[in-house]
Amino acid sequence: MQSIGLTGYLGVGAILFVCGVICMATKRNGIGVLMGVELVLNGANINFVAFSRFGTLGLDGQIAALFVIVLAAAEAAVALAIALNFYNNHLSIDVDRGNELKG
Amino acid sequence: METVLFLLFGLSAAGGALGVVLTQHVVRMAFWLIIALGSTAGLFFLLGADFVGATQLLIYVGGTVVLLIFGVMLTSSGPFLQIRTSPGELIQALILGGLFLAMLVTTVMQVDWDRHESRLQADYGGGPAIDSRAIVTGEQSTVRQIGTALLGARFDAAALPKDQQAAGYLLPFEIISVHLLVVLIGAAYLARAKRRRTKPEGG
Repeated sequence: MQSIGLTGYLGVGAILFVCGVICMATKRNGIGVLMGVELVLNGANINFVAFSRFGTLGLDGQIAALFVIVLAAAEAAVALAIALNFYNNHLSIDVDRGNELKG
Repeated sequence: METVLFLLFGLSAAGGALGVVLTQHVVRMAFWLIIALGSTAGLFFLLGADFVGATQLLIYVGGTVVLLIFGVMLTSSGPFLQIRTSPGELIQALILGGLFLAMLVTTVMQVDWDRHESRLQADYGGGPAIDSRAIVTGEQSTVRQIGTALLGARFDAAALPKDQQAAGYLLPFEIISVHLLVVLIGAAYLARAKRRRTKPEGG
């Protein structure tokens, strides 16, 4: 019973990826940018697992997805620490305020 | 049944992602993110990746989102709870994102995946990790295979000839373990309590 196939899953992954990119580009809240990154990583993960199921990738796709999940957790921890430091220095989480390096 | 479940999880994942983009309130963004990530875990279960789906639920929905919500709690005091993007920027981003999505979807549609799969299989061997009949009946779980692969042994590819066998993942597993430890220590060091400056800088 193969009614959906690879294309449907790749489409869902593409929607998540594009939503994440838009979220990263438009949100002015630092935490919102982080959520965009999570969405992008999830879109990539759906592609990995879909290719592991329908393609010749085998189990390697699932293991790559696991590594991506762990790296996303690590990235969220570090980015949250940076966001807290930013908030301590600027008393705001608006990423447009971080413009000291602007030339 | 599989089609119905795919439509349910896929639509709620896409809707959750759209909700994250469109809402301006940070706490609601976190809620939509939970919806999107949970539906992604459902898609993983549907694809036969039970261990990855469970890990997604435990680490993403249970860990990372809670971390993000703590970040929201610690950083959004009053006026910073909603920082609006200007409508012009949003429309611009939506147009660009729509074009990007159209490009990705047309690319996916144009490739004949079955033909490429059979060609790859002829060239390199290998095949789908899981028999599709076993997924429907729920006979096979990937937990043991993933565990042995992370320890460096690939029992799932043992039937292949010696020169085509895939490598194990012991070294990447160790690297990512040390990486996670270093990152968590660094995050704790970065986020330690400090004296807050009295005047806001810049701006």
